[in-house]
Amino acid sequence: MPHDHADAPHSLLPPDPALRVKALETVLTQKGLIDPAALDEIIDTYQNRIGPANGARVVARAWSDPEFKAALLADADPVLAGLGYYGRQGEHMVVVENTPEQHNMVVCTLCSCYPWPLLGIPPGWYKSDAYRSRAVREPRRVLAEFGVILPEGTSVRVWDSTAEVRYLVLPMRPKGSEGLSEDALAALVSRDSMIGTDIPEVPR
Amino acid sequence: MSRLHDMGGRFGDGPVKPEPQDAPVFAEDWHARALAITLTSGALGQWNIDTSRHARERLAPLDYTRFSYYEKWLAGLVTLLVEKGVLSRADLVAAEAGGGRQKEGTGAEVAAPHPLAARALQAQEVAAALARGGPADRPSTIMPNFAPGDAVRCRRPGGNRLVAGGHTRLPTYAVGAKGQILRLHGSHVLPDSAAHGLGEAPEPLYAVVFPAMELWSAPEHPRDEVVLDLWQSYLEPV
Repeated sequence: MPHDHADAPHSLLPPDPALRVKALETVLTQKGLIDPAALDEIIDTYQNRIGPANGARVVARAWSDPEFKAALLADADPVLAGLGYYGRQGEHMVVVENTPEQHNMVVCTLCSCYPWPLLGIPPGWYKSDAYRSRAVREPRRVLAEFGVILPEGTSVRVWDSTAEVRYLVLPMRPKGSEGLSEDALAALVSRDSMIGTDIPEVPR
Repeated sequence: MSRLHDMGGRFGDGPVKPEPQDAPVFAEDWHARALAITLTSGALGQWNIDTSRHARERLAPLDYTRFSYYEKWLAGLVTLLVEKGVLSRADLVAAEAGGGRQKEGTGAEVAAPHPLAARALQAQEVAAALARGGPADRPSTIMPNFAPGDAVRCRRPGGNRLVAGGHTRLPTYAVGAKGQILRLHGSHVLPDSAAHGLGEAPEPLYAVVFPAMELWSAPEHPRDEVVLDLWQSYLEPV
């Protein structure tokens, strides 16, 4: 092994990450420290049950129900917990509203903090060095790489999730969505629009 | 003062490459396993979230740079497992030799049950454990010094004041910068202390808004802003 010294114990594992995971899973299982069925349960949860559809339902409801929206913006935790959207990496939620004057965008420059109960596991780009390093310094250039160009009159507020508080962007309800049901509205809400790197639109 | 993970504002990382909204949650099967093993190992109760972040952050800079995201998780996890005495280096050597295959049982390797085995997260407990989460707010005897609208400055120098080179959640790009209190989040566990086994030391936590012009020599737009969540001990009045 190239780095076989005292402060790098991980180098004792095989070089191929897939093998390394397998080796670690095997040794932990043999010692009774993990239940492989629990791993499957966790993976199924985040692969199939918890994802951005949760956040989209919240946004659609906020677009449809002014009282719900006011409560959500004032104190999101009880509102979201009431809907069952509480849990790991979503213990302290704050919802921030986009307006014509201000666009919000979320990053974690120190790691990859993200509201799991509402959006699931973050996409690869959110965890990338490029997004983490640049979103705070040049949010408009980053947004342009997502195809989002903001009007000159709109300021950008970037939220760097440096504590355990997790942020969800409430995008503006798109023009042409009048009269749509909550389900139809939720279908307009992309994962990226709740991070602030996309703008919902009604398909023409 | 800073470590490689503290990359906010860094130049040279190239374009962001968005993925389709419907891309798989886990690009590789082993990513899913790495995440799940990390969560189940955490359930053994030998470390907290701050300890585990610090374990990733203190990877050798060369490793931090070249490792993919879940390789960093895995490396941090193995560091913790060994440091906390959950596994030994000999266990890892044996795991490597086995290449991840279950050993043929000779009987000789069957030892006494691991002292932490009773804490292993079982499949039927997963949903409740994920739903329970791990809130970080705590009662504190430290009263808030600031209110929304107050002008504050991030203390200089930055870095952990309790442990040289230790974990902190004040990004270097904000050190010395002037901002304004936006909201009080209540009192939260102080990572600088909790990451190092020094106690939770809860204190007031604030959202603080900084004009981009205060942070960057060439901001994109005069009215843009960055908000950070910062603990009271990171801040001083202006």
